[in-house]
Amino acid sequence: MDPHHKRNQLLSLAGMCAIVLFLLYAQTYGTSYDVRILNNCALFIILAVSYNLINGVTGQFSLEPNAFVAIGAYTSALLTLTPMEKEISFIIEPIIWPLSVIHIPFIFSLIAEGVVTAIFGFIMGFPVFRVRGDYLAIVTLGFGEVVRVVANNAQTVTNGPLGLKGLAPYTNLWWSWGFAIFTVFMISRLVKSSYGRALKAVKYDESAAEAVGINTFWHKMLAFTCSAFFEGVGGGLLAHLITTISPTLFTFFLTFNLLIMIVMGGLGSITGSIIAAVFVTWGSEVLRFVEEPMHLGFIDIPPVPGMRMVIFSLILIFLMIFARNGIMGTREFTWNGVIDWIQKYVKPAGKGT
Amino acid sequence: MSDFFAATGLTMKFGGLIAVNDFNISLSEGEIVGLIGPNGAGKTTVFNMLAGYYVPSEGSIRFRSQILNGRKANEITKLGIARTFQNIRLFSDLSVVENVTIAYHCRIRSTFLGAVFRLPLYRREEKEMYEGAMNLLNEVGLSHVTGERSNSLPYGMQRRLEIARALATGPRILLLDEPAAGMNPRETMELIDLIRRLRDAHRLTVFLIEHDMKFVMKICERIKVLDYGTTIAEGTPEVIQNDPRVIEAYLGEA
Repeated sequence: MDPHHKRNQLLSLAGMCAIVLFLLYAQTYGTSYDVRILNNCALFIILAVSYNLINGVTGQFSLEPNAFVAIGAYTSALLTLTPMEKEISFIIEPIIWPLSVIHIPFIFSLIAEGVVTAIFGFIMGFPVFRVRGDYLAIVTLGFGEVVRVVANNAQTVTNGPLGLKGLAPYTNLWWSWGFAIFTVFMISRLVKSSYGRALKAVKYDESAAEAVGINTFWHKMLAFTCSAFFEGVGGGLLAHLITTISPTLFTFFLTFNLLIMIVMGGLGSITGSIIAAVFVTWGSEVLRFVEEPMHLGFIDIPPVPGMRMVIFSLILIFLMIFARNGIMGTREFTWNGVIDWIQKYVKPAGKGT
Repeated sequence: MSDFFAATGLTMKFGGLIAVNDFNISLSEGEIVGLIGPNGAGKTTVFNMLAGYYVPSEGSIRFRSQILNGRKANEITKLGIARTFQNIRLFSDLSVVENVTIAYHCRIRSTFLGAVFRLPLYRREEKEMYEGAMNLLNEVGLSHVTGERSNSLPYGMQRRLEIARALATGPRILLLDEPAAGMNPRETMELIDLIRRLRDAHRLTVFLIEHDMKFVMKICERIKVLDYGTTIAEGTPEVIQNDPRVIEAYLGEA
């Protein structure tokens, strides 16, 4: 249908090459701090884009990603730690049987944690999608808390508040960005397909969606389960990036951070989620200086931990007042759009008219 | 009693309120039947029962030897009964053509993985959906605005788009809830032609609610009148126009 299909594919390929070259450059010349920030960016892209699928595209305001990330992270940790390491870690009570002997390579663990989280998401969807709107938000919020509390207390599985330590740092730029690109590719393919249109229909008007024969329950389940899959894998990558996981990592604040990202980017826009994920992750590093003690010559400001969150909250408030649709609204990045934009603004200047 | 579509003894109670009481309707293929009545008579409640939005408190609905009671709205649409809404309900932010292609989704055979990986079956279906939508938009006279956002269209066009969207689900029966509301007289006359044309082209049976009496009397072959949830008259437009009970319901007792 699109006459520029070939050209756009070539441009996408060129874009991918550019990303690979950039990552190579960062790997070779960047400090470990730079690499860490880039890894974080990729992970938050994965989490924000998949969270956006259920919250933005399908319009089901839910607050559960911390649960999915936790499930993914614990699954991957339990699968990749060697039996010996597990025995050392579980000092209060020993780990239960099948988990105590299982040990699989990292790549298989990624698939496994995606599948396990997707199954959790699928089962959870049955009670969750009996309700809508505010109730849906509360039920999913509750589910997030339940997972955290279980992680805190299921001593023989999760090692309780001690958490799991000493995971091998498998996650590098290639894993994180590779999977981030994969996630964006798959989810944008889904959103642009007939199924994606049906998801949008559910968002705009559920009754009308039913009237055109869309089974809204199963389409919500589809979005929710896909979202769970990618968040689970994201959780596994996160676990192997920071190498230590404990229940305190998966509080509501994780969900809240992701929520800021998808709202800032524009609910429903994959491009917006990516931009906002990078912006927030990178920005919170840049803003570190506001939490340090400052000497402004005549006045000394003491260090204020948590000041960055205040700034992000302010940004969010301003967005809600002045740009309610976020950075991108529901628009998406397309090569056609970019080229139209270039032709509109660059050509007249080039001609000198 | 027709084998094609028949609803018998439909009653809808909301707590102590009986919104519709013992409503009977049977439709033969190809008919255009109207449902009229004063505001709050229960017309839309009847539609909501027929289309699966309400589960009737009593009574049964049969369509081509299948019982429809208790089925969900999306299943009823898939069986071949499509509806439009009194207050237009388009997918507002999406384009005109997307609004119609969405309605083809209920007949898709590809799985979502087939769609994500753009397998040959999906690509063919996507093409069919797009072409089908363009044809339908052409039929209802919207082929010049396919790329516009649906909520940027004028009111009359939105009504026609909603009809096109309902047709895309491949219905045998079309339920139209006040299709002429908000239209000017010329648009209303065009709508009569359109509904007749669509009925013939798609072999439809049409059941419609409308307040515009000129429209109803002109298009309907048979009319039912509802007042306070009860059927007070039934018959051809001429019979209805002269029925004293109908005149009383509309104008009050003399």
